[in-house]
Amino acid sequence: MRFTVGMGSCGIAAGAQKTLDALKKALGERSSDIPVGQVGCIGMCFNEPIVEVITDTEHYYYSKVNEEMAEEIVASHLKDGLPAESYLIPEEDMDFLKKQTRVALRNCGVIDPEKIESYRERGGYEAITKVLKTMSPAEVVGEVKISGLRGRGGAGFPTWFKWDAAAKSEGDEKYVICNADEGDPGAFMDRSLLEGDPHAVMEGMMIAAYAIGAAKGVFYVRAEYPLAIKRLEKAIKQARTAGFLGEHILGTDFSFDLEIKAGAGAFVCGEETALIASLEGERGMPRLKPPFPAQKGYWQKPSNINNVETYGNIPWIFREGGEAFAAMGTENSKGTKVFALAGKVKRGGLAEVPMGMTIREIIYDIGGGIKDDKALKGVQMGGPSGGCIPERLIDTPVDYENITAAGAIMGSGGMIVMDETTCMVDMARFFMDFTQKESCGKCVHCRIGTKRMLEILDRIVNGEGRDGDIELLEELGRGIIDGSLCGLGQSAPNPALSTIAQFREEYDAHIRDKKCPAHKCKPLLTYAIDPEKCTGCNACAKKCPAEAIHGEKKKPHEIDAAFCVKCGSCESACRFGAVLVD
Amino acid sequence: MEDHTCQCPSAVPETDLSLIAGVLDTYKDIPGSLITVLQRTQTIYGYIPKDAVLAISKALGIRPAKIMGVITFYAQFRLSPIGKHLLMVCQGTACHVNSSEKVAAAIGDELGIVAGETTPDGLFTYENVACLGCCSMAPVMMIQTKEQSEVYGPLTPKSARQIIRGIRKAEGGDKQ
Repeated sequence: MRFTVGMGSCGIAAGAQKTLDALKKALGERSSDIPVGQVGCIGMCFNEPIVEVITDTEHYYYSKVNEEMAEEIVASHLKDGLPAESYLIPEEDMDFLKKQTRVALRNCGVIDPEKIESYRERGGYEAITKVLKTMSPAEVVGEVKISGLRGRGGAGFPTWFKWDAAAKSEGDEKYVICNADEGDPGAFMDRSLLEGDPHAVMEGMMIAAYAIGAAKGVFYVRAEYPLAIKRLEKAIKQARTAGFLGEHILGTDFSFDLEIKAGAGAFVCGEETALIASLEGERGMPRLKPPFPAQKGYWQKPSNINNVETYGNIPWIFREGGEAFAAMGTENSKGTKVFALAGKVKRGGLAEVPMGMTIREIIYDIGGGIKDDKALKGVQMGGPSGGCIPERLIDTPVDYENITAAGAIMGSGGMIVMDETTCMVDMARFFMDFTQKESCGKCVHCRIGTKRMLEILDRIVNGEGRDGDIELLEELGRGIIDGSLCGLGQSAPNPALSTIAQFREEYDAHIRDKKCPAHKCKPLLTYAIDPEKCTGCNACAKKCPAEAIHGEKKKPHEIDAAFCVKCGSCESACRFGAVLVD
Repeated sequence: MEDHTCQCPSAVPETDLSLIAGVLDTYKDIPGSLITVLQRTQTIYGYIPKDAVLAISKALGIRPAKIMGVITFYAQFRLSPIGKHLLMVCQGTACHVNSSEKVAAAIGDELGIVAGETTPDGLFTYENVACLGCCSMAPVMMIQTKEQSEVYGPLTPKSARQIIRGIRKAEGGDKQ
């Protein structure tokens, strides 16, 4: 028997370290023969901290395990040889895992990410061994082509094409770079993969390096991910000791080593030319392409840049074969994709599914539906570069082409679920605020245009929208798309334009009727008390910070709109549903 | 004659540049290391002192103006000292959808400062940051000290206040 605890950033945030210590303490002397190990995130973030008990015959998952529960679980397994039934993850929650097909995440939550042996027990480094001993670089590129793998970072460019271009570029020195600058707010698959299975990403980079003829690799990791950096550092050291990094790897002519560079907090550095500038110690500003990084990249040398998840798929493809990967998914989008399910969904976390599954299946069958059983309004895909897919289109299958046709982009796989209480104008404002702050300032349209769009959205949510604002947003949006150099600018207007296209009536309500249908935009709200329902209990008046509520005891109260600060305290204080918000 | 030397007690103390001598020595001949050097410098001092910019300029052979350009481009770098506990309140999409603005308001109110400021006792600096990547625990914040960083979530305005009060108490600063 052994115990594992989910120790990703999310698990630790939920208190996994305390749980792990409590398990060890409860095991006492037995901890010498019953190990307690750490694993990465299994993706069921809504159940953290998660403890798994693995016996000879069974796996038991426990959810939200605190210190007391840890003691009881240990006692139950040791004394009675039985699981602590009441703490087990409910059967329906296990659907979250059962409906998935885990390729990139195959080891996340299963292996100890800080032990290379743990990775090797699951077939780790078999792929690079096979590649080095039996395949030529051209055959490697060919296998990736068969797999149909496309870039998982956003644009979905065929991976083999990038590798092929870098392989064919002349150069004495070449580089492979891993883009781990996961900046899309709401996406966390790359963090989870680096924290949960760092060796797999490294092995993918090694295979890419062999294919293009590079001897050096660089990780560009977001500074906000300290745990991922720490685990990568450990993994690189272990791989060097084990002979998978360094000179003449596995006795062949292939030499390769890796280093980590931490980003410094700039969303635009996810764009590959900006990323290269940042790696070279400069301001992360994009430049015109061509030349592409495959021709002139890091230090002007041919470089191949892929995303974390893309590299994470590579070892699997070489162990199981490109055809096995291509057997999953749709005609033009092969394999699986990891989605970060968050927002107003019951079971938030990471879900990896074959391409072509519908958004509905992901939200309802895996995510368990909408929180508090409210009505689904839409799904934001692709973060600040993407768009919102409305409820009526949620039977859209997830693949690159269909998501684009539905008005969003696949992006890195962030899926933010929104319900009836989410205001779409506010969401557009939120993303515009983000891109406006993150614009590097090189292109005028992006620098000033996003600022102007933000100002307009600001006035709309503040109840000062004017006739013609929607048209103005559309005009500015078109200008920014045409006038910007890189993907950040070219996609910055998307959230605004897509919400205008799909939820125009909400914009109209804000501008014309000065109402926020989702009751989110404070300046547009009015609070009143329904005299039919009010019992005069005075609870709301006691909570009101502005002393705006008056009334005699046991008689209907009233809100003085002139004094109301629209804080909503009365609404949450009322037990009779008598406070009306409009 | 009147003494014009500044007697202001809050004058910036002189920077002990010997602390970064090792960092400068390690990286001075490695091209493209400016960001790494700045990150190490900030880890040592908690921010990037002006004197350090000049020292880095000399060691790396990069003009101070260019170094300032890089510092001000990236959100991570700071040019003034921060409090002992750095509160980074996530403003990512998932947190926003789950009402992070209410949590941020409670934190600002509890600390008596706005985002970007440090409390007068030097205990807390409060910043709003882009996504921390813990979206399914939204809304979240990360509290960083020199020794460690910890993520807290899902937060409510109330729990956020309690966490701050807990730290204050542990620091012996709770006079109530």
